[in-house]
This record gives sequence, C-alpha cells and structure tokens, in this order.
Amino acid sequence: MNAPVHHQTLVTPAHPKALASGQFKVTARDVDVYYGEKQAIKDLSIDIPDRSVSAFIGPSGCGKSTFLRCINRMNDTIPTCRVTGDIKVDGNDIYDPNIDVVQLRAKVGMVFQKPNPFPKSIYENVAYGPRIHGLATNKTELDEIVEKSLRKAGLWEEVKDRLQHPGTGLSGGQQQRLCIARAIAVNPEVILMDEPCSALDPIATARIEELIDELRQNYCIVIVTHSMQQAARVSQLTAFFHLGTLVEYGDTDEMFTAPQEKRTQDYITGRFG
Amino acid sequence: MFVWTVLLIVLMAVIAYWAGRTHAAGLVTAGGARLHSLPSYHGLFTAAGAMIGGLALAIAGALVFGAQSFFTPVAAVLGAAIGAAPLYARSSLDFRARNNFERIVLVLLIACSGVAILTTIGIVFSVLFETLVFFRSVSPIEFLFGTHWSPTGTPASFGFIPLLAGTLLITVIAIAVAGPLGLFSAIFMAEYASPRLRTFLKPVLEILAGIPTVVLGFFAALTVAPLIRGSGEAMGFSVASESALAAGLVMGMMIVPLISSLSDDIINAVPQTLRDGSYAMGATKSETIKKVVLPAALPGIVSAFMLAISRAVGETMIVVMAAGLAANLTANPLAAVTTITVQIATLLVGDQEFDSPKTLSAFALGFVLFFFTLVLNYIALRIVQKYREQYD
Repeated sequence: MNAPVHHQTLVTPAHPKALASGQFKVTARDVDVYYGEKQAIKDLSIDIPDRSVSAFIGPSGCGKSTFLRCINRMNDTIPTCRVTGDIKVDGNDIYDPNIDVVQLRAKVGMVFQKPNPFPKSIYENVAYGPRIHGLATNKTELDEIVEKSLRKAGLWEEVKDRLQHPGTGLSGGQQQRLCIARAIAVNPEVILMDEPCSALDPIATARIEELIDELRQNYCIVIVTHSMQQAARVSQLTAFFHLGTLVEYGDTDEMFTAPQEKRTQDYITGRFG
Repeated sequence: MFVWTVLLIVLMAVIAYWAGRTHAAGLVTAGGARLHSLPSYHGLFTAAGAMIGGLALAIAGALVFGAQSFFTPVAAVLGAAIGAAPLYARSSLDFRARNNFERIVLVLLIACSGVAILTTIGIVFSVLFETLVFFRSVSPIEFLFGTHWSPTGTPASFGFIPLLAGTLLITVIAIAVAGPLGLFSAIFMAEYASPRLRTFLKPVLEILAGIPTVVLGFFAALTVAPLIRGSGEAMGFSVASESALAAGLVMGMMIVPLISSLSDDIINAVPQTLRDGSYAMGATKSETIKKVVLPAALPGIVSAFMLAISRAVGETMIVVMAAGLAANLTANPLAAVTTITVQIATLLVGDQEFDSPKTLSAFALGFVLFFFTLVLNYIALRIVQKYREQYD
C-alpha cells in the first residue's frame, strides 16, 4: 500500500484481500461537505479498490449518502451544497474545474434508493444513455447494447418480449434492475448504489444482491445500505460512518467479527443507532 | 320583513342548538351512562331541523301571504319550532346524532354541486331550444356549410363557415404566439430560474392574466392594429385597419400567462428522481429537459394548450374591437375577419325582437361555440387521464 501519508489518520482496509487484483479506484482526502452552514461530512479520507463491493453503513444522517453522491458530483444539483478536499477517480481530481461532469457521470454511474425508470419504454430506458453519449452508430449496435445491458442486469429473459412496454409497468424489483441495466449501458467503471433495495421485498432484494455479486467482477461498486446483513452478504469491504466521520473502513468479515473501534461494535451489535 | 325572517330563523337555530345540547348533556348520569355522540352534535342536529323547518314554512308563508306580510316571519318561527321539536325529542343516550348530522351535511354538499350542474344543463337546453327554433326558418345544412354570412342583408344568409374560419384563424395566430412564449418561459421558470427570480417572475406573469380583456381589446385596436398596418404598408402589403393579425397577437399575449403558469406547475410536478436519474447517466441539463422532463410533462402541457385554445375561441372583447365585423372567408392574416363570438355580440346588442332568424342565429352560433369548446375540453381531459399514470 503506497497511499500518501497524511497528517490525518487515513482509514484504509486493514486486511485488503480485495486489493489483490488492482489499485484504488476512488480515493478521497480530507473531504468536508457542507449543506449551507451545516457540515455533513468532516475530514473524510478513504481508498476504495477496484473490482470489489464496498458497503457504507451507519445510522441515518451520518453522511454516507452524501459522500456517495460526491463521487459522481450529484451534489452539484443541490445549490447549497459545498465540497472541499480531494476526491479522485483513477487519479483524476473530479472537482477540478476543467473536469467535464458529463464525462465523470458516464464513468461513475448511480442507482437510486427508489427505482426511477423514465416514463418511456423498457428499450428506451436502456438506450437513453448510449444515445446521449453517442455510443452506438446505428440501430443494430444500439440493440446489442440494450440486450447486453439487460442481460448483465439479469432482466433480459423477463422483458425480451415486451421491450416496447413502459418501464414503469414493471414490478419494483424489475424496475430497479432496469435502472441498473440503464446505468451499465454507458460502460461505467464505478457504480454507486444508494440503498438500492430499501424499497424492495426480500425476494427482489436477493435477486439484486446476486446481481451485485456478479457485477463485482467488472466494476467498482459502492453501496449504501441500512441493512447490516446486506452489507455482510454483498460486500468485501465495509465502511462505518458516524456523525459525518468515517469511523472505520476494512475487510467486511473482520468488521463484523472483530471491529477495531468501540463505536463500530456498538452499532453492529445494535447498541445504538 | 325579509331581514326579520332570516334573523328569526338564525335565532331559532341558535336556540335549538343550545336546547338540544343542554338536553343531551343532561342525559349523562354520573354513574356510567354515556352518550353515543357528543352533546354538541345533538345541538347541531336539532339546529339543522330548526333551519330546514323554518326555511320551508317561511317560503310557504311568503307564497301564501306575500313576502311583506307580517305572517311570514311568524311562519318561519313556527316552522323552526316544528322542525326542531321532533329532533329534540329524539335525542337519547344511544341516538346517533353525529352520524345523522353528518348525513345532513353530505346532502348539503351534494345540493351545492348540484346547483352548478343544473345551471349548466339549464343553459345548454335554453340555447338548444332557441337553436331548434332558428333551424325551423334556416336549414341546418345551409347554416353549417354555407359560405356567406350576412344576417341583416336582403335576402339574409346564414352560412357559418366564414365565422368558423375567422375564429380558427385568430386562434391559430394566438396559439402560435402564446405557445412558444408560454412554454419557453415555463421551462425557464421551472428549470433555470433561481428560486428568488421565480417567486418574482411568476406573479408578474400572472398580472398579465389579470388585465381585463376590454383593456387588451382597445390596446389591440388603437396600438397594435395601426402599428401592423403602418409597418405592413411600409413593406408594401395591403393591410386592413382591423386585421386578424392584430387581434391574434394580442389574444396570444392574453393567454401566455395561462400557458406559462400551468406548464410551470406541471413541469415542477415531474419528480426530481427522474431528473437525478438522467443527470446520473451523464446527461446535460438541456438533454434532461428535452428527453425526460418534457415528455413526462407532455400530457399536462397538452391540456394547458387545450384550455388556452378554448379560452381563445371563446374570447370576445379583443376581437370585437380589433378584428372587425366583415365576414370574409380568407386565410390571410392581414385581412379583416370576424369570429363567432363577435357576431353573437353584435347580433344581440341593443333592443331586439326574439323571433327573427337574425336574433335566433345568435343562439345557433352560441350552441356551436359551446359544442366546440366542450369537445376541446373533453379531449384535454382524456389526454390527461390517459397519460396521468406515466410517472409515479
């Protein structure tokens, strides 16, 4: 690990099994986020490796979603939000004024808490991203991208006969997989998921979790979740947030069996939160 | 006597309320017997009886003795007492005064909406009957398909096509002006303007909607029409001093706030999660607006346009002043045309006898106009219903 030494204690994976395959995809140093006067994140530093699932856990309002939304600058849509510090994806500072936020978001996709398919057909939902980024030059190529994305999201078999039906007509779990297919279609490298299963039943949740596990082979996935069981099931690394700070980030198995911080232990054993 | 009657009924109702309430409250014993309904409901129920009985006998009294008679208020008081007494007597521990009173309120609510509906039906039928009388002297074929309108000529001719064409021409001009202006300002207000700017802009635009159309009318006739005529003639066109263009432009300005305000509300109702989904894919703001927000808002925007069109079709004052009376069948916006509403207004201004085809034709025109806007409103309603569930 050659992470630069900082004046702050840097929280990095204690036993980075997941690092065997490569370097860090997303790095953050001394990040502070403010909503108006209120500070939502204090002095956060983290290194997230590629081809792994990192879960952010912590009580409501601890800043985990806020930080997640910093990684693809979705917080830009909130006028009062202010971010300081460095966040890098593949070594490039994403808050550099020269960076094109459109390019960034094509590279760092996002899946939201509530499934939000566009009020268009299933096909058009998936084709939306490739169209605006000009990824396909003709209809055949576009068809291929749509099919490939739907297959990767595990939805192809269920919808292949009704691609022209509205995406909003699918069940909640299917809608969420459609949103994942939509995100995959623009070839992102990082996928951010903000409580992707909180609006779904246990069966649909299990389906999405399987999918996340498959996607891990090719993407860097960061998932915010309120379910500690889910974090334990899908992630290799877990980060525990509390009151706007990152308390601990490390190997998921270790976090749940032998956390280093007292606060982490209290939270995962249900003593507060 | 009228004022006295009303005051006495109200007074009786108050007394009935008090009596009913006290009576019910007195039924409660210290030991455990409880009322089904609160005492005030027993009071309200009794008061409702007093109101109904009082009004009924007051109206009967006015019909029998005359409204000015001394007996009318007496009848009202008597009626109130007769109405309240049985309800007062009914109150007991397990009498469901609350349920009964709420049923009375429900009937009152139904009656109120009934008045509006009955009025509409009444207007439709009165217009319809006069229209049928008109069609006894002029055949519907001639009216609906004739291309010459001259109700005062000899022989009079009642071909309504030139009026329809004039109405459509002015409406098309108005929508061509108001559609882009209204829609684009709505997009600006909903998507680009800062909240502060929006809270300032929206009321200002709505002031435009508050300008009386008669003011807009003389603005059209005295300012816009000469301007168009002057600039048109400078360019070598022959422009009538009262042109369809002048009326259409000003009518367009009139409906801009209608379209912009409704569209703004509709665009704002598109859930933020859809925009977030689009931004998260790397779409720019304008791509998001064009490909996600506007398609999602489309049904609402269409119905805003439909409402604007029926407003324009029914508008009278501006066209009376700015478009003229000549029933020309033309598609030239620089010519003088006339509209259905203008003809109705001119046919019925002043003293009229209501048996000549000339006067009766106004009813036929009114009926056609009503039918026209009804169809438009119906289409708008259906479009909204059909696409309402699209996003959720």
